[in-house]
Amino acid sequence: MRTLSVLALLAAGLVVSAAAGILIGAVAIGPGDVLAALFGSNDVNGTIIRELRLPRVLGAALVGGSLATAGALLQGLLRNPLADPFVTGTSAGATLAAVAAIVLGLAAPLVPLAAFAGAMVTVTLVWRLARLGGGTTVLTVLLAGVVLTSFAGAVVTFLLVSSDRLALQLRAVLGWLQGGVSVISWPELGVAAIVVALGLGFALVLAHRVDAYAFGEETAATLGVDPDRTTTAVLGATALLSGAAVALAGLVGFVGLVIPHALRFVIGATHRRLVPASFLAGAAALVLADLGSRTLIAPAELPVGAITGLIGAPFFLALLVRSRRIVV
Amino acid sequence: MTTLAATAVTAAYRERVVLRECSFAMGSGEIVAVVGPNGAGKSTLLRVLAGLLRPTAGTVALDGQDLATLSRSQVARRVAVVPQIFDTLLPFTVREVVALGRTARLGSFGRASADDVVAVARAIDELDLAPLASRRVDRLSGGERQRAVLAMALAQEANVLLLDEPTVHLDPGQLATLVLLRDLATRRQLAVCAVLHDLNLASAFGSRIVVMAEGQVIRDGAPLEVIHADLVTAVFGDGLEVVERDGHPAVLPRIASPR
Repeated sequence: MRTLSVLALLAAGLVVSAAAGILIGAVAIGPGDVLAALFGSNDVNGTIIRELRLPRVLGAALVGGSLATAGALLQGLLRNPLADPFVTGTSAGATLAAVAAIVLGLAAPLVPLAAFAGAMVTVTLVWRLARLGGGTTVLTVLLAGVVLTSFAGAVVTFLLVSSDRLALQLRAVLGWLQGGVSVISWPELGVAAIVVALGLGFALVLAHRVDAYAFGEETAATLGVDPDRTTTAVLGATALLSGAAVALAGLVGFVGLVIPHALRFVIGATHRRLVPASFLAGAAALVLADLGSRTLIAPAELPVGAITGLIGAPFFLALLVRSRRIVV
Repeated sequence: MTTLAATAVTAAYRERVVLRECSFAMGSGEIVAVVGPNGAGKSTLLRVLAGLLRPTAGTVALDGQDLATLSRSQVARRVAVVPQIFDTLLPFTVREVVALGRTARLGSFGRASADDVVAVARAIDELDLAPLASRRVDRLSGGERQRAVLAMALAQEANVLLLDEPTVHLDPGQLATLVLLRDLATRRQLAVCAVLHDLNLASAFGSRIVVMAEGQVIRDGAPLEVIHADLVTAVFGDGLEVVERDGHPAVLPRIASPR
């Protein structure tokens, strides 16, 4: 019962955030005009609402929801509250693959798929590395994330500098890399939505098996979970979600870390509840962060990654200090 | 009546062979304590019995069925393992941890049936965890957390219970949990196999003692038959002596008296 009320509350929060995201912007448009624009008036307002604000709000919701859900899954699988797509380097791997796809001139709808492949390779690598560490994986995962992120970053820089194709749109690509939801088009959004729906579906089906990892992979096996298949499936869901998020908005940090962690205080650690709650809360949080990014210093825009970093990084440090007794 | 039997099992971690044509069998109602020096292969035997490590030769059979042909979820319904690691950074409640024991039986999306609810409540009750049921498991003492994972294993309603060094995290005063466990196992007619370091604990806990050395079972029988001076000296060296107390053998360190 309590879970249902929390989920209902989070859904309501998402609707309110989305409404705020559509109503508020650099150009003042009254609520009546916004409604008219949503239902097809053909003036400038219609264009702003339907082609700019609405896809952007939906994009931000997809990105935030995906990252938070992926974070919840990773934290459960690695038994590590300090894991998310960003700090494990999964997002960086997805970025590298997406940039490579753009450099190679692949069609735009293929970019999310490339990002998914990059995320899958990286997150599998992180999992393997974490497993080498035996019982305690917190530090190994963080170090693996640092290494993978700098490696991917180096290759991305190399690609950007050496590619003629990207030189023309360097500014846009840099903005995307820092985490920005600004260049979202409807077709792009459609492909990403399908990938996210797949990832979220898998996450919901697998959630109760992720619980069994609470005391490690071997105990999950003795509780009846096929560890190889389940681990691959969970990593796959994580990669679908992170890949879609990166394809839409580049490197947005810490949403996946903060949201599931904060939610555990409210609804507990059980993933059957945590996964849907994380999606809703992550979506609402990023819609608000994106709203902040385009209104705080309007008419200029901050990358949304700057906002999530500002809030998330201190939170991450606090967590690190609190869990230091088990980190080593 | 359940039986779990390893026959001429050889098991290795990469090149390092740990079990050498080791045979061992147990059935319902038996409480077996496995003892032996470090590196004798005790934990490896337990992992092989649990199906966590595939032997390179020999077979493990659960009620006559080859363990290798059963899925993890089929094994989990019949064999429960008490984990050695039970620290977690995630704030699961005690009740949620106990419910993990039902993982293999849950419906799609993890839905719990009436049987699942009853089994969890019963395990919580049997290990006196009711007052702690809503507490976060990461905030409990080592002994309380141990009871929570024992309840998790009992909630599996398996016929076989395997424990690897269940006492490492316990204060001497908390060993009563083992006595409680032994009574529960007897009542439920479980086949229990526990790897124990402490010979005295083994002879108090087990109805049967299995001594391992160099990857093989070298002695198998009732505590008084097995734990005697010759064997203890042969397996553990001459730093120990054996005395009898209330029908149980007691092993004490042989300390030279001060002059």
